[in-house]
Amino acid sequence: MRIPCPYCGERDAHEFVYRGDAAPQRPDGAEANEAAFADYVYPRANVAGAMHEHWYHAQGCRTWIVVERDTRSHAIAGATLAREAKR
Amino acid sequence: MSRLAAGGSIDRRQPLAFTFDGKSYQGFAGDTLASALIANDVRLVGRSFKYHRPRGILTAGAEEPNALVTLRSGARAEPNSKATTVELYDGLEAASQNRWPSLGFDMMAVNGLLSPIFVAGFYYKTFMWPRRFWERLYEPLIRRAAGLGALSGLPDPDSYDRDHAFCDLLVIGAGPAGLMAALTAGRAGARVLIVEEDFALGGRLLAERHEIDGQPAADWVAAVAAELASLPTVRVLKRTTLFGGYDSCTFGAVEKVADHLVTPAAGQPRQRLWKIAAKRTILATGAVERPISFGGNDRPGVMQASAVEAYVNRFATAPGKRIAIFALTASGLRLARALKAAGIEVPAIVTPDGTGDGSTIAGMVTATHGKTLRSIEVSGRRIEADILAMAGGWNPAIGIASHLGARPVWDDAIHAFVLKTPPAGMALAGAAAGHFSLGEAIDDGLREAQAALADLGMPATVGARPATSDDPAGVGTLWSVPGSKGKAFVDFQHDVTVDDIALAEREGFRSVEHLKRYTTLGMATDQGKAGQVNGQALLAAATATAMGEKGTVIARPPDRPVAIGAFAGAHTAAHFRPVRLTAGHAWAAENGASFVDTGQWKRAQWFTRPGESDWLESVTREARAVRTGVGICDVSTLGKIEVAGPDAATLLDRLYTNMMSTLPVGKARYGLMLREDGFVFDDGTAARLADDRYVISTTTANAARVMQHVDYCRHVLWPELDAQAVSVTEQWAQVAVAGPNARVLMQRLLPDMDLSNEAFPFMASAQCRWRDGPARLFRLSFSGELAYEIAVPADRGAALMRALTEAGRSFGVTPYGTEALGVLRIEKGHPAGNELNGQTTAHDLGMGRMLSARKDFIGRALAGRAALTDPMRPTLVGLKPVRPGERVRGGAHLLPLGAAARAEHDQGYVTSACFSPVVDGWIALGLLANGPSRIGERVRAVSPVRGTDVEVEVCSPIFFDPEGVRLRG
Amino acid sequence: MRYSIFSLVREALSGHRGWGPAWRDAQPKPAYDVVIVGGGGHGLATAHYLAKVFGITNVAVVEKGWIGGGNAGRNTTIIRSNYLLPGNIPFYELSMQLWEGLEQDLNYNAMVSQRGVLNLCHSDAQRDAYERRGNAMRLHGVDAELLDEEGVRRHAPFLNFDNARFPIKGGLLQRRGGTARHDAVNWGYARAASDRGVDIIQNCEVTGFLRGPDGAVIGVETTRGTIRAGKVALAVAGNSSRVAAMAGLRLPIESHVLQAFVSEGLKPIIPGVITFGAGHFYISQSDKGGLVFGGDIDGYNSYAQRGNLPVVEDVCEGGMALMPMIGRARLLRSWGGIMDMTMDGSPIIDHAPVPGLYLNAGWCYGGFKATPASGWCFAHLIARDAPHPAAAAYRLDRFASGRVIDEKGMGAQANLH
Repeated sequence: MRIPCPYCGERDAHEFVYRGDAAPQRPDGAEANEAAFADYVYPRANVAGAMHEHWYHAQGCRTWIVVERDTRSHAIAGATLAREAKR
Repeated sequence: MSRLAAGGSIDRRQPLAFTFDGKSYQGFAGDTLASALIANDVRLVGRSFKYHRPRGILTAGAEEPNALVTLRSGARAEPNSKATTVELYDGLEAASQNRWPSLGFDMMAVNGLLSPIFVAGFYYKTFMWPRRFWERLYEPLIRRAAGLGALSGLPDPDSYDRDHAFCDLLVIGAGPAGLMAALTAGRAGARVLIVEEDFALGGRLLAERHEIDGQPAADWVAAVAAELASLPTVRVLKRTTLFGGYDSCTFGAVEKVADHLVTPAAGQPRQRLWKIAAKRTILATGAVERPISFGGNDRPGVMQASAVEAYVNRFATAPGKRIAIFALTASGLRLARALKAAGIEVPAIVTPDGTGDGSTIAGMVTATHGKTLRSIEVSGRRIEADILAMAGGWNPAIGIASHLGARPVWDDAIHAFVLKTPPAGMALAGAAAGHFSLGEAIDDGLREAQAALADLGMPATVGARPATSDDPAGVGTLWSVPGSKGKAFVDFQHDVTVDDIALAEREGFRSVEHLKRYTTLGMATDQGKAGQVNGQALLAAATATAMGEKGTVIARPPDRPVAIGAFAGAHTAAHFRPVRLTAGHAWAAENGASFVDTGQWKRAQWFTRPGESDWLESVTREARAVRTGVGICDVSTLGKIEVAGPDAATLLDRLYTNMMSTLPVGKARYGLMLREDGFVFDDGTAARLADDRYVISTTTANAARVMQHVDYCRHVLWPELDAQAVSVTEQWAQVAVAGPNARVLMQRLLPDMDLSNEAFPFMASAQCRWRDGPARLFRLSFSGELAYEIAVPADRGAALMRALTEAGRSFGVTPYGTEALGVLRIEKGHPAGNELNGQTTAHDLGMGRMLSARKDFIGRALAGRAALTDPMRPTLVGLKPVRPGERVRGGAHLLPLGAAARAEHDQGYVTSACFSPVVDGWIALGLLANGPSRIGERVRAVSPVRGTDVEVEVCSPIFFDPEGVRLRG
Repeated sequence: MRYSIFSLVREALSGHRGWGPAWRDAQPKPAYDVVIVGGGGHGLATAHYLAKVFGITNVAVVEKGWIGGGNAGRNTTIIRSNYLLPGNIPFYELSMQLWEGLEQDLNYNAMVSQRGVLNLCHSDAQRDAYERRGNAMRLHGVDAELLDEEGVRRHAPFLNFDNARFPIKGGLLQRRGGTARHDAVNWGYARAASDRGVDIIQNCEVTGFLRGPDGAVIGVETTRGTIRAGKVALAVAGNSSRVAAMAGLRLPIESHVLQAFVSEGLKPIIPGVITFGAGHFYISQSDKGGLVFGGDIDGYNSYAQRGNLPVVEDVCEGGMALMPMIGRARLLRSWGGIMDMTMDGSPIIDHAPVPGLYLNAGWCYGGFKATPASGWCFAHLIARDAPHPAAAAYRLDRFASGRVIDEKGMGAQANLH
């Protein structure tokens, strides 16, 4: 599997560290409660299909990126920098 | 000798000597082991898996189920090698296997007599009584009888290599379709990689007699090979088997670099793993001929027709003197012509419906006779023949195209599974596409290469399509022969018969996967290439289901068996993982260090001095030296991360549980990081170098993960923060200098700095100069002594160690290793890796007060959960044996006195233990339920696996200088 | 027909014409007391124990493909109970005890073979961790032995003791651990359950849940029609999230691919199961002679039942580092299973937060060894509506509460367990 790193170009997946689903959003600030955090930390949609997910180019540019990948076929539609995806 | 007088692709000027089962033979360069055995009239080559039936050579390729040998001997012994794919070399040594005492007389053939009982799956129905006999009697017998060849048990002496290839077009297989495709793309300037598992190019053209452009096909192959070699963007890899298709158009292949040599040359790998990334791929892997299931179809002498054709035409041998043919395809008739041309008698051509020339017999072979084949039976009539060639139809070799999940579909026109929708970027050509005639193969190769070029935006130069001879390819089917006498085999190696398939169906194993698993059909070393489809067809017939509906099993890599060594490459033994050495490594080695693996790092564990008899003596001396004088310890492996930018302080506040934004410049602070689930992640220190610049440290084990975590926070969670971070672990060498004399020593090293307690107190930090270079100085103490850590650029690390040794010589500066470091930190109750095990909370480690209530930080919310702060959780305590001199060890569990050693009394465990010089006894840290309220209580440290049971007193985890006077001194 | 050497010989005399199907190929009835979704080992074992132990026989097992086609048929067949944490040990020990009597219980030879499981350690810290684990096992009455380097040499002299990157310092041995024949386990449970009246319905995929007016699950919609049920029990590890989503649930689970490998058949050379403590590699040798080995998950979410080449290389590197004699053995087959990786690495056997629905999920890569206990405890939960004591810790709400069972201490990152 080859990941299209926005900085480095297409690189083998073994250069990357995988984190998982990019969808969960960390609850905001010191006000958020236990339940909100538990919901952020533990349950996952575990999508069967196209999914946006976080990969870290540990052996390359050391950037977190968001990759769109199909979990059934491993087909990759594209990737963006995580900090840009957030904006 | 059965070598034909002329012809073939062998080099008669290069005779090669070889042995089989200790007997000497001769072949020629260009032979395979199988062809050389045939040329030497060796008919019996192997024994089958279950019944140990005598077997000969069935095929001329990787689908061979029978002719398995152990190649070479000693540490290079290579069991289960297919004689049909072994390239002959001078001095080759091969032995038959799975027989005792000899191939000709195999005692295990008694299994054949028991074959009425030893049917498919019989072992699931018996061997259950008495229960204890399974491991003691039945299983050892089964294990000994099973298996094929034997490993030597010795380390593989050869080396393996890896390489990467990137190409516009990958062509898999160098038969007519593949060659045509590679030529077309190569002429257009595309980067082409063509891989061929054989040692010669040409594929079927090596074995069959055809004309291309009015010349013998061999001449065309030679011309194409020459042109490919001349094209700068084309690479041809022979002896290279493409075994797997993976995601994103990547492939794995293995090149047999030195398997055709007695031993690899010095420095030469035996095999090389190729990892290939291709923009487009053409699969031109041809097709595999099917056997026909009739009684006695496994007798040595029964062969695939295509194999007979190869042995006659390519290798110039006569597998037999009278070769009968049983054909369902037109290729059987082509074989008859080839045999006659070679002067070999063809006593009968049998086809079910009599199609063929005038001499054809309409009928079926129902039985065979002879130890090796002497005669066949057709419609009750015996026909003498020493070889029977079966032309049973063709299975396109689509395994690699199926690896990514494409499902084969049944094509009724050619009676075979084909792939209608290959994976993205891949096209099929020639027989692999189900197009069996030579003309179609050439057409496919040309067309698919042009399509790939068009896809890639590369203009194709138009070359003429070569003219080919006509090549009719009619295919019929006959899945089993009615009225067969004797066992009719479907899977030869695993002895799966037509009756076994019927039995499996009767017992309800009606999916192709159940059939495979119950009968072991297709699970042998030929991976089902020889007979699996036949078995599936029999199942479909028995269940009255169409083949297309029944389907076939899913192909997975590897498409050919591949040596485990080839996958591992050079990453074996001592080279399994990289070795990371600190800048002071050589210095430590010179000073008698023993090293310990900490992740990939080598760290000095202790320094043995002359006269010291064991490690404990050295470690105790080192720890004592730190408490009484001064010691130096290389702590470079701790992770170091620089965090800079206007929002650096904010970022660190969110990373650590405690406040880092309030840290003044020139100070350092201990910090605790949690995971978002509230458990402890890592600890270390943060030092503020400037308003907008910190350097933080991590544990050695977590250095990479903390870096990743910091970047995650910066890139994903809070990209709005203007803070940069970079790992500088490798850039800085860092040394701890600890002990009452530490200040004196440091002052000698840094004469220009004011190191007085007032100017540079505990937890101070500074950027300074050492020998005209940058340095960083921290007043940190892991040992509880007056201590410093000094960091210098890594290239000066060794010099720093030497300078410290020199400067401290007069007062006995002592290098200490990780063991003494451990002793010192246990005496001080500092948690380390054994306590920071990912299962502990800040509360467990007595650090609950470090969770700031004034800010958000990673892990804040979930750390507050009741389950994580439950007082009954095992919590950090100190432990001292009640009886002096007794030893307590890490891993012992803590139980109340007098309670039975059972789980319900388990209250915790010992995390770290050491011999403490200051206590003059063994001490330990442990996690004990409700620990802090039990100081003074006595409990047991029980280790059933060691048979020890030590009474210990619960105490404060700080065994030494609890007020911390010394470190502030 | 009862299986025995006598029936086998009798059938041999008549060409084995008398054997009937191992299990009935049932057609779905309109309603059952219990519908078990998933015809893997866990689902089939649940059906067997429901019928045998709890007397509930009006049960259907619905399977989308062929029984045993998921992880039950694509694993490395290891059985062991060498766990660390009190939430796990009693459960896996119950499983081990059930394995020890399985063949007699099922009248099916599943080739349960207790040839030992040896975990190697390569540092003092790792030895301490194994000592902690071994002691936890012994306190629970489970067998465990701590071996020093010499002990490991005696057990497996062919390991690399001389030039290893990470020298072998010792190991933790569970002699009662071993392997079992995975397909036979599935077929044995299917046959035994079927004999007691359980309907095993293959090629029947669940497409939705039937809900009562109060929202309770009262049946399943399938590709073969609607089936009503008193209780619906999910045992679809690998696909738990997909199926649970039909009931509106989000689980603390990610699906990941784990590859495994087998070599060509070889004469016996490796005793029992051996795991490498400094790399991702474990190995055993099957009764047919194949070296069965594997390593780490690929690490990315996947439902594709196949992995990629880097993990193959990584696993073989571990193998060659540990036992360089296998370099010339050939890797013959590989496969990929889809693991329910939970956020703490331990499974879930619990009521779903929807009435009428029961959950058996999250087996990570440890589901095979758990098969008998999983079936027994799940059957207990379904029949009694109370957790079996050995599985009481496998609650779904433990994640939110923080009472996680995290053997590796990796936290809520599914691919690190």
